[in-house]
Amino acid sequence: MAHVLHSEQAASTNPLKSSQPLGAAFAFLGVDGCVPLFHGSQGCTSFALVLFVRHFKETIPLQTTAMDEVATIMGGADHLEEAILNLKTRTRPKLIGVCTTALVETRGEDFAGDLAIIRARRAEALAGTEVVLAATPDFDGSIEEGWSKAVVAMIDGITARVSPRRDPRRIAVLPGFDMTVADVEEIRETIEAFGLEPTILPDVSGALDGTVPGKWIPTTYGGTSVDDIRTLGECVHCLAIGENQRAAAEKLAEVADVPYTLFASLTGLKPFDRFVTALSELSGRPVPAKLRRRRSQLADALLDGHFHFGGKKIAIAAEPDLLHRLATFFVGMGAEVTAAVTTTGSSSILRQVPADEVEVGDLGLFEKRARGADLLVTHSHGRQASERLGIPLFRVGFPIFDRLGPQHRCHVGYRGTRDLIFDVANLFQSEIHEPTPEGLNPLARRERAHDSRPSPEPRRH
Amino acid sequence: MLSPKVQALFDEPGCDKNREKDEKTRKKGCSKPLTPGAAAGGCAFDGAKIVLQPITDVAHLVHAPLACEGNSWDNRGAASSGPMLWRTSFTTDLTELDVVMGQGERKLYKAIRQIVEEHAPPAIFVYATCVTALIGDDLDAVCKHATEKFGTPVIPVHSAGFVGSKNLGNKLAGEALIDHVIGTHEPDDVGLTDIVILGEFNLAGEFWMVKPLLDELGIRVRACIPGDARYLDVASAHTARATMMVCSTALIALARKMEERWGIPYFEGSFYGIADTSEALRRIAELLVARGADAELIDRTEALIAREEAIVWAKLEAFRTRLAGKRVLLNTGGVKSWSVASALMEIGIEIVGTSVKKSTEEDKERIKALLEDEHKMFEGMAPRDLYALLERHDADIMLSGGRTQFIALKARMPWLDINQERHHPYAGYDGMVELVTQIDIAIRNPIWAEVNAPSPFADDGTVIGETVIGRGRSVGAPARRPAEPAAEEAAPAYIHKKFAASGSGDADDC
Repeated sequence: MAHVLHSEQAASTNPLKSSQPLGAAFAFLGVDGCVPLFHGSQGCTSFALVLFVRHFKETIPLQTTAMDEVATIMGGADHLEEAILNLKTRTRPKLIGVCTTALVETRGEDFAGDLAIIRARRAEALAGTEVVLAATPDFDGSIEEGWSKAVVAMIDGITARVSPRRDPRRIAVLPGFDMTVADVEEIRETIEAFGLEPTILPDVSGALDGTVPGKWIPTTYGGTSVDDIRTLGECVHCLAIGENQRAAAEKLAEVADVPYTLFASLTGLKPFDRFVTALSELSGRPVPAKLRRRRSQLADALLDGHFHFGGKKIAIAAEPDLLHRLATFFVGMGAEVTAAVTTTGSSSILRQVPADEVEVGDLGLFEKRARGADLLVTHSHGRQASERLGIPLFRVGFPIFDRLGPQHRCHVGYRGTRDLIFDVANLFQSEIHEPTPEGLNPLARRERAHDSRPSPEPRRH
Repeated sequence: MLSPKVQALFDEPGCDKNREKDEKTRKKGCSKPLTPGAAAGGCAFDGAKIVLQPITDVAHLVHAPLACEGNSWDNRGAASSGPMLWRTSFTTDLTELDVVMGQGERKLYKAIRQIVEEHAPPAIFVYATCVTALIGDDLDAVCKHATEKFGTPVIPVHSAGFVGSKNLGNKLAGEALIDHVIGTHEPDDVGLTDIVILGEFNLAGEFWMVKPLLDELGIRVRACIPGDARYLDVASAHTARATMMVCSTALIALARKMEERWGIPYFEGSFYGIADTSEALRRIAELLVARGADAELIDRTEALIAREEAIVWAKLEAFRTRLAGKRVLLNTGGVKSWSVASALMEIGIEIVGTSVKKSTEEDKERIKALLEDEHKMFEGMAPRDLYALLERHDADIMLSGGRTQFIALKARMPWLDINQERHHPYAGYDGMVELVTQIDIAIRNPIWAEVNAPSPFADDGTVIGETVIGRGRSVGAPARRPAEPAAEEAAPAYIHKKFAASGSGDADDC
């Protein structure tokens, strides 16, 4: 079990985190016909927008209440109202997802109250558009929590409290922010293979999958429909993916009495066995041959791939769920996680990360801890550490702005895990250094004590 | 032309096995007749190329249609400390028209010219193959002419695949070296402690784990043939004072002829395992001293052996608790078996079997004494038998070459490559530590528990593993709050799972 340590440092060097409102906006982007609205100054939105665009290579609908000096002093409710009305007339969205920022939260207003007043006062003008609020100050949490808060807000604000009926085929799925477009597609396909109908919230696979719509659309196009969110209570069961989705699953259970099962990870043979078992049980159908074939392919990939992982030292910096998922994967392949850095210390999953310690910190800390590792695993900002340390970087999470198609890489399910094994093994193979007489000289190695083969110690975890 | 050469190669006076034979069997040669439909292993060209290719600064030109070189190049893990030309593949890529029109010799000559112009190597090795031998291209004549014309040694290697096995090819490569290369260069720095090492391929750079020891003793490796060799060093090999022959069956004729021609004594040894490494260092020192090197070399060698053995045993001792009782199947030939087996047994590893296919009689005796059970020795094993043995998990790991790799993996058994394609150096004292480290890493990989656990799904797709939601509970069942284990409660299950065998059942790791 990992000890979770909090950084004492004053200066964050090369941040690992993306902010909480960005995470909330990310979740809203997975809903059809939505515009996320940052309640803050223009810069809050602009920076988040640019990061999204760099990652997805898409136009991203993201708006701002453009808090100015006067509003900052006098209160921002007017700006919020104006922004909502303007968005309504200009883009006709089905959903406006309001994400508060550090600016307005520091000022401290009753946003929920303001929104209730705006909704009541402008009921006619806002007909056909839902407005929900996620309280996501930048000074708390990070992308993962922001995502979770937005999903909770949508269920709380939109899902009907009275469910007229249960649909025995309908399954609610709550994926984490670390599920790519391809991951979500894999999850959907697997569920559909059992004759079940998933409602995925949020569904980035419909919204951020990089299509060419053929016309200009000012909102998101694709993703979970607002109607489906409204009828989420009809689902017979909810499958939450990632510890961070527990709050949303609890909310759905509270609102509409839908039972849930939480899967900490869908990467790896056994975690996905568990998911497939659940689907078989929910549907009453046997596991399709196609899936069992893929399971066998994964078993073979484990055999072929493990040579490249055994004894390797891996340094990972990621959000709690992603960190846990990848660390568990690497350790399961015979590697050792020698450095684990994360963004926030509040998630209970951190204690289950298979490393001695998990440190809440930044990429500066990561760079210090990663010395001597064989592989760095983090987002694109790890590239500087990779260059300085001379250690290859495997890009995961958000943002990935210097590689094309990160949203189309699938690392869940039997297929996705198989591909993850190959991706990492291929990275290792591309980094093989030819042996040299100096590097192998046993006498020289003995002098450089840190380089010689250390005597093995029993691993502590 | 090739026939008498092959005959002569088979009658190897330096070979123990050959000496034991009577006149009649000796004449038959030592290669076993191949069984069509049931043969495995490479041809003579393969063998010749293997032996010569690690010479790093020369060009290797294969005179053949594409398959011989095109399907085999850049496939071995020898390492170079300098020139990389050896890894560049050259072939005459004969076409149908070349064959029909008899253009082979001309094309070969042009190819040699092109290589000289583009790469200016110190020498070019030209390999004859089945087709070029069959159509009668006069390799010797072309090479001779090219050598004179371009001022670059062009060496013919008569290695048509059909003449025999890979092993015969090894020998034919040795013939090319003795006929055309060794003795053609006179170095100006000959010393009393110069040695030549034959049959060391420097796989994964492993000879570099031994060479510093020789350096420390003041022993100069004039040429290590072929691993990381330079052409001029090979050409100067006749000035060495002693020969160590590492891979006995490959280059024994070469060692004997060097002894006959230049009076260089040789011995057969190995750098695999601790005892053999020490023994090899001892024999080298003895042979050098017998030929005039300072007698104190023997004392210094003993001191070095004592020091290195103490260090390596201390390092290996650390693995005892982790590996004692583990059962290893050594499925590899040659002199590796005894010495490696003895070192592994020293730290408590059990040897459940070892192949003695390429072992000498002496080696077999030592293995028999070591294992105290002849049944643990086998000549070779059919893939089906091997699979069955591994599937029964009668061993914890198999050490072998790439050919049997997938027999082990499909039987879901740990496997470690100890042949030519491997990436880890196993020679010398420190190589033994590396080998044990790799065995430890392979055996302990958690995937073994995972792939050996039965699938939670039956052949008809029904779930037979542990339930997640509850069978048949969903459809039409009343909605209720789930009994979800808290994250904290699930944690200990994970911790024990890491190395312990785990069934597919313990699914509560979420």
